[in-house]
Amino acid sequence: MTTLSIDHVSRWFGNVVAVNDITMTVGPGVTGLLGPNGAGKSTLINMMGGFLAPSTGSITLDGKPVWRNEQIYRHIGIVPEREAMYDFLTGREFVVANAELHGLGEKAAARALATVEMEYAQDRRISTYSKGMRQRVKMASALVHDPSLLLLDEPFNGMDPRQRMQLMDLLRRMGDEGRTVLFSSHILEEVEQLAAHIEVIVAGRHAASGDFRRIRRLMTDRPHRYLVRSSDDRALAAALIADPSTAGIEVDRAEGALLIQAVDFGRFTALLPRVAREHGIRLLTVSPSDESLESVFSYLVAA
Amino acid sequence: MYDPTVARLTYRALLGRRRALILGALPVLLIVISAAVRGFSGADDQVAADVLGGFALATMVPIIGVIAGTGAIGPEIDDGSVVYLLSKPVKRPTIIFTKLIVAIAVTMVFSAAPTFVAGLILNGNGQQIAVAYTVAALVASIAYAALFLLLGTVTRHAVVFGLVYALVWEALFGSLVSGARTLSVQQWALAVAQKVAGGDLVTSDVGLPTAVILLAAVTAGATWYAGQKLRTLKLAGEE
Repeated sequence: MTTLSIDHVSRWFGNVVAVNDITMTVGPGVTGLLGPNGAGKSTLINMMGGFLAPSTGSITLDGKPVWRNEQIYRHIGIVPEREAMYDFLTGREFVVANAELHGLGEKAAARALATVEMEYAQDRRISTYSKGMRQRVKMASALVHDPSLLLLDEPFNGMDPRQRMQLMDLLRRMGDEGRTVLFSSHILEEVEQLAAHIEVIVAGRHAASGDFRRIRRLMTDRPHRYLVRSSDDRALAAALIADPSTAGIEVDRAEGALLIQAVDFGRFTALLPRVAREHGIRLLTVSPSDESLESVFSYLVAA
Repeated sequence: MYDPTVARLTYRALLGRRRALILGALPVLLIVISAAVRGFSGADDQVAADVLGGFALATMVPIIGVIAGTGAIGPEIDDGSVVYLLSKPVKRPTIIFTKLIVAIAVTMVFSAAPTFVAGLILNGNGQQIAVAYTVAALVASIAYAALFLLLGTVTRHAVVFGLVYALVWEALFGSLVSGARTLSVQQWALAVAQKVAGGDLVTSDVGLPTAVILLAAVTAGATWYAGQKLRTLKLAGEE
């Protein structure tokens, strides 16, 4: 059982505060670190991995500090976000080197390569690998010493759906085995599919923590805004406002469209096409106007 | 203190195709020049000393030192792949010391060996000139490798700074301002060479004891400091 404790950690670079007084505990199982780009996820993961000193606060792994403590890496496996990884080596040479640096040998390397199913390409140079293959070899290098804590920075970036699924299966398996797995992502669906536990970081602050269902509910129950154009905007507006799922409608004459604020996402999405059909109105445009991740997150912060 | 895996990775990175070509170019040039000089003017001790002192020791050795010293760690820090070394239970000073050994070995092979060959071509090691300059190149290799390894650890512009030091400080400044010559790896190495050659063909502005102390101090100090810097290295380029 490995527990990573982050205790009142802040990190600033000059005048910029990247991580602002975060306290959290990461225990066994898969935890997703969710937040928009630039939220401070990488800074936090770098501090968790002992590559950056917190400006204040402390990070410990089962009570031992991670900063300036090389021995801690016997227990930590790290999958960095960056691509660079000794491209002149073959996948096997790279993983063997990583094993040797842990005092292990070919056997451990072979086992790790088998875990990520990369044996078929292990004798090719890394420079010839696809993004997904690189990611798997990075995984192998992080798993070679059988660590109890696995830190992954944006591991799904640039992977195709099949590679994504494979990696998710692997991480799920690691979590089920009782390892502490923490990965960062800016994509809600990724985190939702994989992590039972989510930590949300927005603008350097710890915005939410807990079960993904609770966070998902917070996200879907927020007011949604839609921009709708139809063959008869006013008739449609009158019919929609009668239903409690609609909180407000504005007729935007300049845009020639309706701006609708819906409060019950599920009900509204069923209501809109039904109402249109019943009144013989043609829908020309239906587009969510605030689906950007930032607005989702800013709503979360306010909640 | 020495990690064979770190050494292997460093050798392979340093002797990759492109860098090996650059490393090989200057020694080839030195040998071509030496052969041409010998062909045109015959064996001449003074000419031999001029070529080995002016080109081999003053230009080639520091440039090779810059390439090998900064190249032993700079690119890894630049592209972030050093994270695979840092995330291991290996002491940071061990990583630096190992890389220093590799950088020294590469600098010696690519600078001292061709210096000796060039010396043999120029005057057949008359008056011990080939041996003296080879010893100077060996000694300078150690100090340059340590200095430039430190540069590669602390700055992303290590090659530029290294070349400025090697060419502007040692070659240009050193010939104009006599004080600058006391703080010159080249002069320290020459002091050792002077002792080996014995005659007055090889001379240094620095006395042997001073030179030896400064060589040892710079090498040890730079290596220690690089180890400390690596312990608190921030991986740049993230966020």
